[in-house]
Amino acid sequence: MTKQEALFNYTLRLGDNALILGHRLSEWSSKGPLLEEDIAMTNMALDLIGRADALLRYASQVEAKGRTEDDLAYKRGERQFLCNLIMQLPNGDFGFTIARQLIVSAFDLCLYEELAQSKDETIAGIAAKAVKEVKYHLKFSTDWTLRLGDGTEESHNRIQKSFDDIWMFTAELFETNEVDAIMVKEGIAPDYNNLKARWKKIITEVLLEATLKVPADAYMQTGSRKGVHTEYLGYILAELQYLPRAYPDAKW
Amino acid sequence: MENVNHLEKFQAVIDADSKIEPKDWMPEDYRKHLIRQISQHAHSEVIGMQPEGNWITRAPSLRAKLILLAKIQDEAGHGLYLYSACETLGISREELIEQLHTGKAKYSSIFNYPAVTWADIGAIGWLVDGAAIVNQISLQRTSYGPYSRAMIRICKEESFHQRQGYEIMGKLALGTPEQKEMAQDALNRWWWPSLMMFGPHDTDSPHSGKAMTWRIKRESNDVLRQRFIDKTVQQTEVIGLKIPDDKLKWNETKGVYEHGEIDWEEFNQVINGNGPLNKIRLANHISAHENGAWVREAANAYAAKQKKEVLVA
Repeated sequence: MTKQEALFNYTLRLGDNALILGHRLSEWSSKGPLLEEDIAMTNMALDLIGRADALLRYASQVEAKGRTEDDLAYKRGERQFLCNLIMQLPNGDFGFTIARQLIVSAFDLCLYEELAQSKDETIAGIAAKAVKEVKYHLKFSTDWTLRLGDGTEESHNRIQKSFDDIWMFTAELFETNEVDAIMVKEGIAPDYNNLKARWKKIITEVLLEATLKVPADAYMQTGSRKGVHTEYLGYILAELQYLPRAYPDAKW
Repeated sequence: MENVNHLEKFQAVIDADSKIEPKDWMPEDYRKHLIRQISQHAHSEVIGMQPEGNWITRAPSLRAKLILLAKIQDEAGHGLYLYSACETLGISREELIEQLHTGKAKYSSIFNYPAVTWADIGAIGWLVDGAAIVNQISLQRTSYGPYSRAMIRICKEESFHQRQGYEIMGKLALGTPEQKEMAQDALNRWWWPSLMMFGPHDTDSPHSGKAMTWRIKRESNDVLRQRFIDKTVQQTEVIGLKIPDDKLKWNETKGVYEHGEIDWEEFNQVINGNGPLNKIRLANHISAHENGAWVREAANAYAAKQKKEVLVA
């Protein structure tokens, strides 16, 4: 694998994660428990899809085969996507969305702070902007984890169950492959093995303060690095890609 | 009976084109009229998120998706400042939402029509927001201070929305034959309901009398509707679409476009709950509110615990 191929693959991974999680958050529009929370969800969706736009544009430039960011978002099939399984999960109730957001935002903070130091200037630039946004996402999901965890008995039980159910999708965030080896060697991306301790510390502190238990590490799900996804991804893409697929000659 | 001195002073402030502020004395009917109008406006912003939200996940490009998300977020924000403006009149947000859910408070009937194709997102931005702006620009000069200031802020964002909608329509109208057909179809379906947004003809408008004296409303329904038509006809010609009104023609003497008769039967039916989506829009709002009850309860319980801890400390 060449450096260029690895960079393309790696940038797609980052872009796809942002796109698919942004898609899920955007589904909260008009469904939030309070109008303020509706706005916050849409706001995070905007940040993530904006980040996806920048990353997929960069991926298209790295690939240099004449595809655009929209081609990458709208014209790849399920097996070509590289987003983690956790991003694809349905929103569930508000607590499940918050649990997922806390896990991913803590991961993003650890990752993007490192990427802001990347030797690749474009990645570093996108990451510097992302860090500012991710800090807000982490604060939002931390605040809500505290309120739900230490709120009522019902909210405590609901969000504990959400963390328990989602836990098996967490290890996959840190998986590495040949692409990572090249990115680390080139000084473009950090070694994901070094991110895990800090991530675990952030999550543990928030959960304990929220009177919640950190779930035990049991058997973990995997597949996204090889393009083997949840059944949900196909439906997400069917919706996301519908117009450009139905009208291939049209410009929007 | 209202205090005569108070009433004279109140009317003098209005006649001098100054603003009435929350702590000023105001006639009960003025307060009621404002609560009805501002809350209807706030609910319209919030319910109006639904037809557009219907297309967020299917927006055809990343750029279009980002713009649509930003627009819907703005609308939620407008809902928030309008609820706040309404709260200055002594009613809580919970009461306002309750009134929406029981049907006591209304929202703009236009949002009871479905956003069927992507072109509807263009038509909503261009026509529905375009009509709303004409009304809102006029309301920037409304006599109640908080409402006037909310309108000034909202107008700045609405003009971006209208351009966004027009841009979508323009791209479709100049695109493939299928896209152009989609654009014309959306215009055909949204044109008449947009004209209805201004309300009944001046001769049949039940709420306008005092609202004009109190300068809550500054211009009549028909004046505003005409302004919208005159502006929109030209924009339609630029992108090569056709307004679905055979009677539309330029009146040289009056300097305005004459238009065909609005279907007031349809207008009344939709206002009275028989539009395509009245029940569904409201049911969605109620369901989101009910599904969020446990979250709001948790937030209140958590806040109470925090307060207790501070007191103990």
